[in-house]
Amino acid sequence: MHFARKVNDMRSRTIKVDYLARVEGEGSLYVKIKDRAVVDAKFKIFEPPRFFEALLRGRNHSEAPDITARICGICPVAYQMSSVHAMENAFGVTVDGQLRALRRLLYCGEWIESHALHIYMLHAPDFLGYQDAIQMAKDHPNEVKRGLQLKKVGNEIVTLIGGREIHPINVRVGGFYKLPTKQELRGLTEKIERARVAAIETIRWVSQFPFPDFEQDYEFVSLRHPDEYPFNEGRLVSNKGLNIPIADYDNHFIEEHVKHSNALHSSLKARGAYFVGPLARYSLNSDKLPLLALEEARKAGLGNVCNNPFKSIIVRSVETLYACIEALRIIDEYELPDRACVSIEPRESTGFGCTEAPRGILYHRYRLDARGIILDAKIIPPTSQNQKTIEHDLRSFVGDHLDESHEDLKWHLEQAIRNYDPCISCATHFLKLNIERE
Amino acid sequence: MNDTLHGATVQQENLSTSNLLLVGIGNTYRSDDALGLHIARLVKKLQPARVTVKEESGEGAALMELWKNAPAVILVDAVSSGSPPGTVHRFEAHRQSIPIGFFHYSTHAFSVAEAIELARTLDELPANVIVYGIEGKGFGAGQGLSIEVEKSIEGVVAAVLHDVENWRLQSKGG
Repeated sequence: MHFARKVNDMRSRTIKVDYLARVEGEGSLYVKIKDRAVVDAKFKIFEPPRFFEALLRGRNHSEAPDITARICGICPVAYQMSSVHAMENAFGVTVDGQLRALRRLLYCGEWIESHALHIYMLHAPDFLGYQDAIQMAKDHPNEVKRGLQLKKVGNEIVTLIGGREIHPINVRVGGFYKLPTKQELRGLTEKIERARVAAIETIRWVSQFPFPDFEQDYEFVSLRHPDEYPFNEGRLVSNKGLNIPIADYDNHFIEEHVKHSNALHSSLKARGAYFVGPLARYSLNSDKLPLLALEEARKAGLGNVCNNPFKSIIVRSVETLYACIEALRIIDEYELPDRACVSIEPRESTGFGCTEAPRGILYHRYRLDARGIILDAKIIPPTSQNQKTIEHDLRSFVGDHLDESHEDLKWHLEQAIRNYDPCISCATHFLKLNIERE
Repeated sequence: MNDTLHGATVQQENLSTSNLLLVGIGNTYRSDDALGLHIARLVKKLQPARVTVKEESGEGAALMELWKNAPAVILVDAVSSGSPPGTVHRFEAHRQSIPIGFFHYSTHAFSVAEAIELARTLDELPANVIVYGIEGKGFGAGQGLSIEVEKSIEGVVAAVLHDVENWRLQSKGG
């Protein structure tokens, strides 16, 4: 593997990757080493100014789920969920019973899709030493097909509940526009059962990968619910004492402009950098996993807490299994509700929503007038919350691996960034194309 | 942009396996990136025979699933290569790889070019795949196309219809 090769005597060097491949969005990496010490580590992202927050101002509250779903092509459900919960919080409405269960089912679909994509197409090639999934597919076609198959099942869940796989449109404040029948949901059962097997195979496959020995003392932050592994609901907790209702988010977290990045960096007012996403969720909620998922996690070598971010690929696989198990449970217990949506009475208020996107907590806050018109909006995606921690990881990793060759170190640093599955500028996808003609 | 077909399409539309698939790729809120969607909608309005029109975000695995059983595919997407805005690049992807730059500078982690090459590796690429990449001017958050890109639309729609016609002639009786 890449850890073996060493190059000696490099007193001063710079590692620069202008365009990071296999991360969602556009970003770059810059590390400067002088006299065998890291003097600078920047993970630079080109996030656009807060266009969506401005776009939402003056719009009706009912438009928020559809507009915010456009922020991310990979996790539109997360944006919809955080926005509807925030609006319902503002108007004093609770959505429970089967409507709540359907929302969890929709989230299961998104986790399966997003995790399968990251595990197989983006992260696995790093561990197996391939430039990308295309090269990996030449030697591991069956594994790549398994990843695509898993992702497809996630797509099918999102399509059935969300109305469309890309930018689902069936979610509304208070519930849904149209409900799936029991029969329609049962139509998915067999496919999800197969996905459950594929998820177990995934855990066993990735747990055999070579992992750098790299553990850090992180502050993990995630939702925690008394009865469930978290998707839509819970208190915000950490392993260093945070335990707050989501409405207190702004009292504990702060967003700051940093010079080298367009995106805002988030930190905890009391302690600085923190870590959101699968590793945080697992480390704070592994006791809520069903037995089968927990057993597979143990077999894969995970304890109750995982402090090695490179092992996030195992945790993502465990969460994929969890999403399959949870989806099957919800479908099995589903009874068609008597109404698709609870009624909403707008009022002058502020609403808070925070749900677990595949990459970690996604916070929304809206201030609304008496007619339910949005006066201002605040949206904090998981990647901007992880930026500080990503930079800390880069710094520590370089410090421990100064003897690696330039190429090996660059490879590992890109891999270290991909540990976080960063969604850098979620919605854009245009291609930068270079053509050389002779 | 009209995307508010609330609850209207809970069941996924079944693609006809005998139709050519036209996929417009883009994002409504990313300026010129919306171009692929505009072109897909224009072609859809013209209702050409034996053509199924779809809109996608450009996520590669979803594209691979979408075109799985299609006999022919046309993809229309905005690109950024340094050419003058509005320049139209056309690739016959079933004959040759998409230029390497498509990979290295994609801002979607697993996007159009990657999906084409992965499908080729797994032997799942349709027999005919034509990719139109139209040079965009701006991809920042915002709505509306630049004038240069707007001007290219008519030509791309005509070229797409020409490809459709050629495919229909070639596959006649098939």
